[in-house]
Amino acid sequence: MSALTTIAAIVIISTLGGWMFRFAGQKGSQNAPYFRDMPYGVAVGYVLGAIVLLWLAKTYYLGTTLEAPASNQYFFFVKAINLFVIFALAAYVFRIFGRHVGTAGTKKLFRAMPVTAAFGVMIIIAYAVTAIFAGVIAPHGQDQVFALANVVPGGDPALGGNPDFPLGTDQIGRDILSRLIYGAQNTVGIAFATTLLAFFIGASLGFLAATLGGWVDQLLSRAVDVMMAIPSLIFALLLMTIASAWAGSEKGILTLYMVVIIAVIDSTRVFRLARAVGQSIVVMDYIEAAKLRGEGLGYLVFREILPNATAPLLAEFGLRFCFVFLTIASLSFLGVGIQPPLADWGTMVRDMSQFINFAAFAPQVAVAPLLAAGAIALLTVGVNFVVDWMLHKSSGLKE
Amino acid sequence: MGSLLRIVGQRLALGFLTLVVVSFVIFVAVNAMPGDFAQAILGQGYTEEAGDAIRKEVGLDKPYFVRYFSWLGAALQGDFGTSFAQASFTAYAGTGTGSGLGTVAAQLAPRFENTMFLATVAATIAVPVSLVLGLLAALYRNTIFDRVVNIFTLSSISSPEFFMAYILILLLAVLNPLLPSLSNIFDGMSFADRLNRTLLPALTLTLIVTAHMMRMTRAAIINLLASPYIEMARLKGISPMRVIVVHALPNALAPIINVVALNLAYLITGVVVVEVVFVYPGIGQLFVDAVKNRDIPVVQACCLIFAGAYILLNLTADVMSILSNPRLRHPK
Repeated sequence: MSALTTIAAIVIISTLGGWMFRFAGQKGSQNAPYFRDMPYGVAVGYVLGAIVLLWLAKTYYLGTTLEAPASNQYFFFVKAINLFVIFALAAYVFRIFGRHVGTAGTKKLFRAMPVTAAFGVMIIIAYAVTAIFAGVIAPHGQDQVFALANVVPGGDPALGGNPDFPLGTDQIGRDILSRLIYGAQNTVGIAFATTLLAFFIGASLGFLAATLGGWVDQLLSRAVDVMMAIPSLIFALLLMTIASAWAGSEKGILTLYMVVIIAVIDSTRVFRLARAVGQSIVVMDYIEAAKLRGEGLGYLVFREILPNATAPLLAEFGLRFCFVFLTIASLSFLGVGIQPPLADWGTMVRDMSQFINFAAFAPQVAVAPLLAAGAIALLTVGVNFVVDWMLHKSSGLKE
Repeated sequence: MGSLLRIVGQRLALGFLTLVVVSFVIFVAVNAMPGDFAQAILGQGYTEEAGDAIRKEVGLDKPYFVRYFSWLGAALQGDFGTSFAQASFTAYAGTGTGSGLGTVAAQLAPRFENTMFLATVAATIAVPVSLVLGLLAALYRNTIFDRVVNIFTLSSISSPEFFMAYILILLLAVLNPLLPSLSNIFDGMSFADRLNRTLLPALTLTLIVTAHMMRMTRAAIINLLASPYIEMARLKGISPMRVIVVHALPNALAPIINVVALNLAYLITGVVVVEVVFVYPGIGQLFVDAVKNRDIPVVQACCLIFAGAYILLNLTADVMSILSNPRLRHPK
C-alpha cells in the first residue's frame, strides 16, 4: 500500500509542481521566452527529474552514514553512484587532457568530443593497455590455485577478506583480480582476432563479388542470405556442438574452432557492407583505368578498392567488434566458448553467479560475478559511445 | 492491388525457400559430426549387433538424402524424431520408444509454449514502452531528457544479456524480494503465479529490446522531420506534439513496424541466454543442454524452430512494410 501512496504522491507533486515551476519561472524571469513557451509536459519532466535526483541524494546519504556502510542494503547503490561519478569525472579530465596534449589533429578531435565519447576512448585505451601488459600488471597467474578459496572481495579481514587478494578468490582459490586482468587479454584479444578474421574474410569476398559480379556475386550473395537467415547465436551454438565433437577431449583447440566459427558467421555482415561499398567504387574511372592497364584481380581488390573503402569499414569495425565480443561472452557464459584454464569473463560470471544470492546479507560476496559481467559491459558501452559519436558526426541526423 | 499481392506472394515464396535451404544447412552441419553415435552411446559395451540395433532404431543406417527428406517430412508434421539421450536410456532399459515420452516433440511442446509465453509477455511490455519513449525522445530531441535516455538505452544495448539479468536479480529478487529469481514453471499453475515467475526474465528481455526499438523509432521519426511537409505543418503553427503524432507518425509507420518485427526476431536469440540465467523451462534452455550433451535430434529441432521463427518474423517485417507503404497501396 505504501508503494501506491508514494506513486500517488509523486504524481500529485509533479502535476502541481510542474505548473508552479513554470509559473515561478515566468514571474521570476519577467516572462523570458524559455519559460513563456515551455510546454506543460516539459515542466512536469523537470519536476520529476528533480524528484529523482533528490531521491538519489537521500539514498546515497543514508547509504554512507548508516552503521557499517560495507554491509548495509545500500551497498550496491553507493558503489554504483561512486563509480558513475568517478567515471564521469575521469572522462571529463581525460577530455581536458586530450585538448592540451598531443598533435594538432588529436587536439582538434577532443575539442568537439562529447563527454560520453571521451569516456569511450578512455575505456578503450585502458582496456588495450591492460590486455597488452596483463602479465606485468596481474599480481598472480591466471590459473594459479591458492589454498585460500572463497576469499571475500574488499580485502577487509573483518568481513572475510584478505589484503593479498583485493578482489578475493573464487571457489577453487584463484585470484579474481588476476583473472579479471588476464580476462582482458583473453576475452578482448580473442574477440579482436575474431573480428579481424571476420573482416578479412568478409571484405575480401565482398570486394571479389563486387569486382567480378555475375555468377560469383550471385553464389556468394545467396550463400550469405541463407547464413543470415539463421540467428547468429543459434548458428554459433549449432556449429560449436559439431566443433566440440571434432575437438574431443582437446579443449584448447575448441577455442580456435570458436574463433573460426564466429568469424565466418560474422563475416556475412561484413560481406554485405563490403559488397555494397565495393559496387559503388567499381564503377569509378580509376578502376576502369587499372583494368585497362591490365592489372590483376589481387591488385584491383587490395590496391584500388580497399584504400577507398577503409572509412566505412572502420566505422563498422567498432560495431562488429562489440557484437563478436558479446557473442563470445555469451558462448563462454553458456559453457561452450573459451575453455579453461584460460581466464575469461563470461566463464567467470557463470562460475560465480550463485554468489549473487548472498547480496542481501553479505553484499561484498556478490561483487565478484558482477565485476566480470561489468567488465564486459563497460568495454562494449565504451566502444558503442565512440561509434555513436562517429556516426552522429558523419551522418546528416542533425535535426 | 494485383501487383501488391504479387510482391507479397514473391516474398512468401522466397521465405519458404529460405526455410527449406536453412533446414538443409542444419541437416548437413549436424551430419558433419565425426564418430559413430552408437559407439559413443554404448561405450565399452559396444558390440556389432547392439550398435546396429541402435543405428536402426534412430535411423542412422539409411542413406544421406533419404534421411534428410524423411527428417524434413516428419518435422513438417511435428515429429522431430527420438531424442538421442532418451533413446539411449530406453535401449538400456529394454523398453521401446512407443511410450512417446522419448520423442523430441513431446519434450519440445510444453517448452515451446513456455517460450512463447515469455516472448509474449516481454513484447507486451516492450512495444508500447519503446514507442512512447521513442516518440518523446524525438519530440524533446537534443534536450537533457533525450541525452539521458540515449545514454541509458545505449548502455543497455551494449551490455550482455546476462549482465542485465543479474543486475535485475540483484535489485528485484535479492535486495528487494519482489519477484522470484528462478522461474520454476510447471503444468497447472494459475496464470497470475505463472506471470509472476515469468516477469523477471521478461523484464530482462524488455530492457534489451526496448532500447533497440526506442532508438530506431526515434531515428525513423527524426529522419522525417526534415521533410517539407513537416516544415509546412510547423509554419502553420501546429504544436510540436501534433506535428509528430499526426504528421510524422503515419509516415514513419512502415519503418517502425519493421523495427518492431525485427526486434521480436531479436528476442529469439536473447531468449537463449535469459532462459539459462533464470532456469526458465523453455526451448532456449533445452537447446543449450542439448548442445552440451550433443543430443543431435534435439539440436536439429531447436535450430529449425528458432530459424523458422526468425525467418517468419523477418518475413512479417518485410510484408508489413510493403503493405504500409502508401505508394504501393495506392498505385497511380
